[in-house]
Amino acid sequence: MSTAWTTWIIVLVAINIVGCVVLLWWTGRAPAAGEGETTGHAWDEGAIREYNKPLPRWWLYLFYITIVFSIGYLIWYPGLGGLPGTSGWTSQGEHDAQRDENEARLAPLFARFESMPVPAIARDEEGLRLGRSVFANHCAMCHGSDARGALGFPNLVDGDWQWGGDPDAILASIMDGREGLMPPMGAALGSDLAITETAVYVQSLSGQRVSPGMAASGKRRFDTLCAACHGIDGKGNPLLGAPNLTDNVWTYGGSVDSIRYAIEHGRHGQMPAHRDIIGPIRARLVAAWVWAQSNPADAGVAP
Amino acid sequence: MSTAAAVERYNDKVVRQFAVMTLVWGIVGMLVGVLIAAQLYWPSLNFDIPWLSYGRLRPLHTNAVIFAFGGSALFATSYWVVQRTCHARLFGGPLAAFTFWGWQAVIVLAAITLPLGLTQGKEYAELEWPIDILITLVWVAYAVVFFGTIMRRRIKHIYVANWFYGAFIITVAILHIFNNIWIPAGLGKSYPVYSGAVDAMVQWWYGHNAVGFFLTAGFLGMMYYFVPKQVGRPVYSYRLSIVHFWALIAIYMWAGPHHLQYTALPDWAQSLGMVFSLILLAPSWGGGINGIMTLSGAWYKLRTDPIIKFMVVAISFYMMSTFEGPMMSIKTVNALSHYTDWTIGHVHSGALGWVAMISIGAMYMLYPWVFGTKAMYSTKLIDVHFWMHTIGVLLYAASMWIAGVMQGLMWRATNEDGTLTYTFVESLVATYPYYLVRLLGGLLVIAGMFLMAWNTWKTWTLSRRVPDEVPVPMAANA
Repeated sequence: MSTAWTTWIIVLVAINIVGCVVLLWWTGRAPAAGEGETTGHAWDEGAIREYNKPLPRWWLYLFYITIVFSIGYLIWYPGLGGLPGTSGWTSQGEHDAQRDENEARLAPLFARFESMPVPAIARDEEGLRLGRSVFANHCAMCHGSDARGALGFPNLVDGDWQWGGDPDAILASIMDGREGLMPPMGAALGSDLAITETAVYVQSLSGQRVSPGMAASGKRRFDTLCAACHGIDGKGNPLLGAPNLTDNVWTYGGSVDSIRYAIEHGRHGQMPAHRDIIGPIRARLVAAWVWAQSNPADAGVAP
Repeated sequence: MSTAAAVERYNDKVVRQFAVMTLVWGIVGMLVGVLIAAQLYWPSLNFDIPWLSYGRLRPLHTNAVIFAFGGSALFATSYWVVQRTCHARLFGGPLAAFTFWGWQAVIVLAAITLPLGLTQGKEYAELEWPIDILITLVWVAYAVVFFGTIMRRRIKHIYVANWFYGAFIITVAILHIFNNIWIPAGLGKSYPVYSGAVDAMVQWWYGHNAVGFFLTAGFLGMMYYFVPKQVGRPVYSYRLSIVHFWALIAIYMWAGPHHLQYTALPDWAQSLGMVFSLILLAPSWGGGINGIMTLSGAWYKLRTDPIIKFMVVAISFYMMSTFEGPMMSIKTVNALSHYTDWTIGHVHSGALGWVAMISIGAMYMLYPWVFGTKAMYSTKLIDVHFWMHTIGVLLYAASMWIAGVMQGLMWRATNEDGTLTYTFVESLVATYPYYLVRLLGGLLVIAGMFLMAWNTWKTWTLSRRVPDEVPVPMAANA
C-alpha cells in the first residue's frame, strides 16, 4: 500500500478517535443548568422538553476504556493502513504457524502409511479410521457421508467403476481428478426422433423393456456414433471414463428423459484433483477406505 | 414564509397511510418469516414450487420486514414527529403522497420480483436496478419533504429526534446509491462495477450501515419522540444526546468490515472494523440510557400502561443487541459465532426486540391520533400483545443463541488426526430441535400481530371517519 493511502487512513482514524475524545471532554464537564431544570427548549406545544443531566460517569469511563484499548490494539496489530503492528502479527502468519504446528504433531501418526500399499491400509484398523475421517471432511459433500453418491456423483460402494476400481485407479482419481466428457450428440443425430431411438436402445442394453422397433433403429445410430467410446457392446471403456451402459447403474439417472438429455446436450462430470488439497498420504488413506467399501476384508480378497 | 390568510394544517393523511401499511406489511413480512422458519424444520413446505423456495422467500422476508414494515413505520413517525416538533406542515405538497405511493410500489415490485428469482444477490440489496432507481427517486423526495419541513420550522431549536431521522435519510441515500452502482444487462439482470474483496467491502459497508442508520438511527429518532411523549417527562440529558448522536453516526461508518473477519479482506481493514465496533458500544448505549432514564420518576406507569412496557423492553433489547454486536465483532468471538445461527439470534433480538417493539409501541400511540379516537379500543389487548411478543422474541433469540454456539463448537471440533469431528449434516441434525423452538417463538409474534390488527380495526370502528386536519400552532415556542 502506498504511503499516501496509509497516511489517508491514519488521518481518518485519528479524526474519528480524537473527535470522540474532544466530544467527551466537551460534554463531560459539569452542566451549566442545575439539576431538575430543563434546557428551556420545548416542542409539540410544550409536550416535549429535555433535561441536561450530566453524563453517567460509568458510561463516560466505559467510552474512554474502549478508546484506550483500541489505540493499543492498533499499535500492536496491523490496522493503520500499510503500517504493520509492533507485534508483527499477520493472519497469513498465524495460519501458517498453526498449520505447521498441526502437521508436526500429526506427522508421526501418518508416517507409517506413507509407503504402505493401499490394500494393506485397507486391512489396517487405524488406517481405515483415518481414511473414513478424511472422506467425511473432503469427499462427503458430493459423494454423501455413506459414499453412496447422488445424482451426478457416482456411488462408490456398489463395485461399479467408471474409471477402474483397482487401488491404483482409485488413488489416481483422487490425486489428479477425473473429467468425464460426454459430447453433445444432438446435432450429429439430427432429429428428436433419432435421439429418442438411440436413448431407447441404450435403455435396452441394461435389460429395460422397450419398443423393439425403436431400439433396432437406435442400434444403427449407436453403432456409428456411440460405440467408439462406449464399445460396440455398450460395456464402456474405463480408460476414457466411458460408462458401462449395460449394468443398469446410472450416474445421471436411467429414465428415457435423462438419457435423451445426455445424448442431446452431453454431460460434463468433474472430480477435482486433490493432490494439493490433502497431499499424498491422506490420499492413500482415503483411497484405501473407498476401496475397502467394495472389497471388505471378510470377502477374502488378498491384500 | 407566510402564506397569509389560509390556516396551515398538519398533513396527517400521509402519516395515517404509512401507519396502516406498517401493520399490513408487518403481518406480511412476519408471515413469510414464519413460513421459512417452518421450511427449515419441514423442508417439503416449499411444495416443490420455485417461487416458494427458501432461497427466494428469505430475501422477501428480510426486505418486507426491514423496508416495508420498518420503512413504513419510519415514514409514518418521521412525518408526524417533524411536523409536531417544527410546528409546520410537511413541505413539498404532493411530494409526501408520492413518497407513500412510490414506496408501496417498491414493496409490491419486490414481492413480485424476488419470488421470481430476480435478484442482485447482495444481502438487503437484492432488488434489481429498475427498482433501485425508483427507490432513489422516492428517497430524494423523502429528503426534500423532511428537510424542507425542517427549513420551515417555527421552533428555533431542532429536536434530537429530527437529528436522528435526518442522519438516517441522508446516510441511507448514500449507502443505497454506492452499493447499487451496477451495469444493467437487460431489465432484470445487472452486474456490479466492483469486484472481489472490494465488492464484499462495499456490500458490508452498506449492509452494516443499513443496520446502523435504517434500523438504529431511524428508530432512535422514533424513541426520542414517542417515549417522552407517552411517559410525560422531559428527555433525560441533552448533552448525552449530543455526544451519543455525533459519536454514533461517525463511528458506525467504520464497523462494516466485522462482517468479513478471517476473509480475503486485508488484515488492517479487519482490525479497524473490530476496534471501531468496540468503540461503538458506548455511543449506542447513550441512546438506551437516555430512553430508560427518561422514565425515572415515572416507573409506576409501567403497571398500567402496556405501551410503555413495549418501549422499555424495546430499549432493553436495544442495549442487549448493541452490547452483543461489539462482542461478536471481536475476532476470537467472531471465529466461533460467524456463519452460525447465533448471528440470526442477534439480528432478531435487534429486529423483533428493538425495532418491532418500539414501532408497535409508537403505532399504538399513533392510531388513536390519526383515527381521531381517544385511545386504542382495548388496553387489555395491548397488554396481551406485549406478553405474546416478548415471550416469542425470548424463545426465538434464546434458541438461536444456543443453536449458534453449538454449531460453532461442532464445526471447530477436530479429531486427534486433524480432521473435523462432525460433518456439516451432523450439526444440522443437532440444530433441528432449536428450529422448532424458533418457529414457536415466531408463531407467538405473528399471533400478536393479528391481535394488533384486530385491536386497530376496532379502534377505527370507534370513529369510522377521518378526523379533520389539525391547525398548526402559530406561537413560535409554545
